[in-house]
Amino acid sequence: MNMQRVLALAGKELRKVYREPALLFMVIIFPIMLTVAFGATFGALGGGGDSKYAVGVVNLDKSATPWAGAFKKGISDTGVLVVNDYQDNSTAAKDLLQGNIDAVIVIPADFGASIESFRLNPGDPGSWVNSTIGLSLDKGSMIVSAVVPPIVQRALSTTIYGDEAASAPQPVRIGDPTMVASSQLSQFDYMAPGLFAYAAIFITMTVAQAFATEREQGLLRRIAVTPTTSSDIFVSQILANLATGTLQVAIVYVAARLMGFHAVGGVAEVAYAFVIVLLLVTCNIGFGLITASIVKSSGAATGLSFLFILPQMLLGTFVPAPQSVGGLVPSYYVTDALTSIFLRGAPLTSPAVLLDLAIVAAMSIAVLIAGVLAFSRFGRS
Amino acid sequence: MLDIELDSLTKKFGEKTVVDNLSLGIEKGELFGLLGPNGAGKTTTIKILCGLLEPTSGAARVGGHDVRTEMHEIRKLIGVCPQEPAHYTFLTGRENVELFGRLHNIPKDLLKEKTDELLETVGLVEAASIKTGKYSGGMIRRVNLAMALVNDPTIAFLDEPTVAMDPQTRHATWDFIRGLKARGKTIILTTHYIEEAESLADRVGIIDMGRLIALDTPRALMEQNGAANLEDVFIKLTGRKIREET
Repeated sequence: MNMQRVLALAGKELRKVYREPALLFMVIIFPIMLTVAFGATFGALGGGGDSKYAVGVVNLDKSATPWAGAFKKGISDTGVLVVNDYQDNSTAAKDLLQGNIDAVIVIPADFGASIESFRLNPGDPGSWVNSTIGLSLDKGSMIVSAVVPPIVQRALSTTIYGDEAASAPQPVRIGDPTMVASSQLSQFDYMAPGLFAYAAIFITMTVAQAFATEREQGLLRRIAVTPTTSSDIFVSQILANLATGTLQVAIVYVAARLMGFHAVGGVAEVAYAFVIVLLLVTCNIGFGLITASIVKSSGAATGLSFLFILPQMLLGTFVPAPQSVGGLVPSYYVTDALTSIFLRGAPLTSPAVLLDLAIVAAMSIAVLIAGVLAFSRFGRS
Repeated sequence: MLDIELDSLTKKFGEKTVVDNLSLGIEKGELFGLLGPNGAGKTTTIKILCGLLEPTSGAARVGGHDVRTEMHEIRKLIGVCPQEPAHYTFLTGRENVELFGRLHNIPKDLLKEKTDELLETVGLVEAASIKTGKYSGGMIRRVNLAMALVNDPTIAFLDEPTVAMDPQTRHATWDFIRGLKARGKTIILTTHYIEEAESLADRVGIIDMGRLIALDTPRALMEQNGAANLEDVFIKLTGRKIREET
């Protein structure tokens, strides 16, 4: 590998970003527009901070413990959800179907026993009584789907641990186990972490287009008759897209803050955001290479890249998805980690945050290797 | 001393033989014209010599290096002007030339000097700061040539370099090619303009259906075939049937 060649090719890629209007829009202007639009619509600037959602709570807990009450209080204290008590699940479900409420939360019969068992033996998960909170959402409302689950998780964590660190073990499987520091969050706050990942996943399209176009126009062949190696080409693409990704993270962060994003944390948390989004960028470079290996033209590259973009967009950004499905795409872990650190003030050393980072890193390496191999084998001609 | 040697070089695509048992040698400093109808195997031969295709059988050496095993060494010696111009439309003419200079590891100060010289030679000084996406067909051909020669190659492969050029630009390009030869470069020129080969080439090889059917100086070929010009020789040897490239 030769750095002069790598930098020459990377410089060429960066020039393309600011000289080609379509690419400039996709990489820079689109994330700004998206962040501003979401901030204006769902953030405090758009009045989103004052929105409240009615949730029905069915308390089936039979224990004489105070935990179910504490949990309900935790939900109310967020200021976003208004609790309506129900005696039975069917009445609550009926009201949800009729649109009278936005969600139903069912506190299970062994809820108190579960927390008590944890408090008795916090270090022995085998002795815990496991329980699961039921949650039904109005599927017709993307906002409800985005806002309610994190609030329920936060209230549950607060009930169990108080203000303890998120790294503590849990008696119940909680998808997002970290603490929320702020109690006055807007809908935009819950969506903003997804915007970081949202911008980065479109790198798949730009990389696929870049390689398909260069192949189509004979530029890859032309470069192949110079001393340039495959490593020079791949590394230059990675460097150029990491630079673009860095700019995207900075733009989304600044735009989101300007639109009222209540991000918790300081320099270290922002640095973490850069690192994990750049890993996602690397992963999407791999997806882009795989796409370019399959397609025969740059036009087809645009279309087929959505094979990788859509799942990441729908399952791993600001549209909430259960972990069983969302966990299949790398953007899910990026959004999850950024939600934890920016929204709930989770320490960077907490297991959940570190695990997200490790999963994204592993996925990125695997996908990038697959992309390089696929393009080297099938994509050159 | 031979700069390019082809020994029973054969290239097949499936059942189709595109280059058939081709053997020839090109001297150092020679300007060699490779002629043939559409689909004769000219571009395939050049692609093998540049490392873009692997031969099916036979051997070829460029600058003393084997095309199968020493392409990395060969790439340092060669400059290739492809038949279809390939350039970055979002870069200016100067940036395109400089980019390929950097890919050849040319030091920065030397690269600027070399780029200036080439842009002047191909008549693109005034258009040097314009993006090549706005260039005319002739200008694109010229910048394509400058990109191919920025590394001052020992061996230049010019695959139909004057297609779509107006007569003035074509003659200027011919002068440029003669200048390269005067500087001792080995040049392999493929062209459909037979008078171009007649005017420029020391020797001409005519290939048809992958086989070498004639090889000599233009004058000797005309004498051998009792023809008034090289185009008549070409038609006599390859026939009047129109060929389609597939």
